[in-house]
Amino acid sequence: MNLAVATSAFSGILRREFLRFIQQRSRFLSALVRPLLWLLVFAAGFRAALGIAIIEPYETYITYEVYIAPGLCCMILLFNGMQGSLAMVYDREMGSMKVLLVSPLPRPYLLLAKMTATSLISLVQVYAFLLIALAVDVTPPLLGYLSVLPAIFLVALLLSAIGLFLSTQIKQLENFAGVMNFVIFPMFFLSSALYPLWKMQESSELLYWICLLNPFTHAVELVRHALYLSLNMEALGWTLVALAISLAAGILSFKPSRVAG
Amino acid sequence: MSQLSLQTDRVGFSYGKRRALSDVSIELIAGRITMLLGPNGAGKSTLFGLLTGLLELRHGEILFETVSLEKSRSALLSNLGVVFQQSTLDLDLSVEQNLQYHASLRGMGRAEAKRRIAEELEWFALSERAKDSVRALNGGHRRRVELARALLHKPRVLLLDEPTVGLDSHTRQRLAETVRQRCAESKVAVLWATHLMDEVEPQDHIYLLNGGELRFSGSPQQLIDEAGAESLVGAFNHLTNYDEVAL
Repeated sequence: MNLAVATSAFSGILRREFLRFIQQRSRFLSALVRPLLWLLVFAAGFRAALGIAIIEPYETYITYEVYIAPGLCCMILLFNGMQGSLAMVYDREMGSMKVLLVSPLPRPYLLLAKMTATSLISLVQVYAFLLIALAVDVTPPLLGYLSVLPAIFLVALLLSAIGLFLSTQIKQLENFAGVMNFVIFPMFFLSSALYPLWKMQESSELLYWICLLNPFTHAVELVRHALYLSLNMEALGWTLVALAISLAAGILSFKPSRVAG
Repeated sequence: MSQLSLQTDRVGFSYGKRRALSDVSIELIAGRITMLLGPNGAGKSTLFGLLTGLLELRHGEILFETVSLEKSRSALLSNLGVVFQQSTLDLDLSVEQNLQYHASLRGMGRAEAKRRIAEELEWFALSERAKDSVRALNGGHRRRVELARALLHKPRVLLLDEPTVGLDSHTRQRLAETVRQRCAESKVAVLWATHLMDEVEPQDHIYLLNGGELRFSGSPQQLIDEAGAESLVGAFNHLTNYDEVAL
């Protein structure tokens, strides 16, 4: 593979994704409004009901807003990953995927470049959310904003890879609503995004184990720890394994012949 | 001496149990327009899918300048310009941005891309529409943008899959003239799939596909003679048992 062509192609893919992103301002706003509603409304309502004990990586008692902020960062990434999946199906149906696939680069590289581009754009939204979250006293250490960057990127890539795999399984755009019910909601609610796992364990041992098997749980914990300058090796390991499996599944199940028609 | 650009040798393809192409062998020569005729469902788009690598080649061989596609996939795609039957422009981007995207996928440097985009836009009389969203363009303009994009990286082979579908006769004629002019000037080998007989010129080479099989190879006059018909339309009807041919 020619490195200059590969670099040029990646910058082109990134530029296209960025242009589409800034031209769809409503997408940016809705990506922010959703987690902000949870942070400002849901958290206010449930703060009293869900008292939080001192848990890692926090050094003291925290408010519920502080607890759910990392989960909401991952919520943005989750929705963006699925939005990416939707865009893949749209590009496939509208034909613009062909332009990408007839370029003289290996397909796995092109798909990886597309996922990386959408992941980088997700970072902008997460940082915009963290900035607004300052208003409700979600104030991680200053260096946390830097240390969380690779964690967010890794999680964004994982969710984009899951999105790619899903796009290969969705036959047409109309079937996408099912993703909402069968992927996004279970992934989000069966994780540690909204409540610590020990709380879940108190209610149901089965649900606790399902949460533990959910890669999104480990993604949330990776981000939570990184935001507070701590490296959760277990979460990192699980996230990397899930990323490798999702990438392999997404790339191997991608069939250019479905684009050819 | 004519220069062979692209060649298929006994190429076949099936969608499950349905055979879409059987033993199709064609040759594309630099500077020559080759018309791929056939009614809907004849296998034209399947052949395009194989040539562009979107469909996996399982039977036969494709050679780009005498090198097998397996060994020269990257070289072939680098030298291939394609206009698909369905528009593949990004509607949310401007004309210029669509071309820039294509240029970057072909590894063109920024300065070269800028120069080539300006040249192609001028050639296709689109300079004034460069900043316009593709969504705002009519069908004819969109097709011109797709042609400009296909020629941006100076390909040696140009594949056109029914590029004039949905265009009025005046726009179709102008588009055809443009392709012929570029083919002659740039010595591009052109494969033009169509079922519209008035797009064929006497000097073109014709391949006629029907039911996934190659039924004829030769000049338009030879096609008329072989079918014993009075016109190209009649010959096409005769060889494809086609009742209605669009003009």
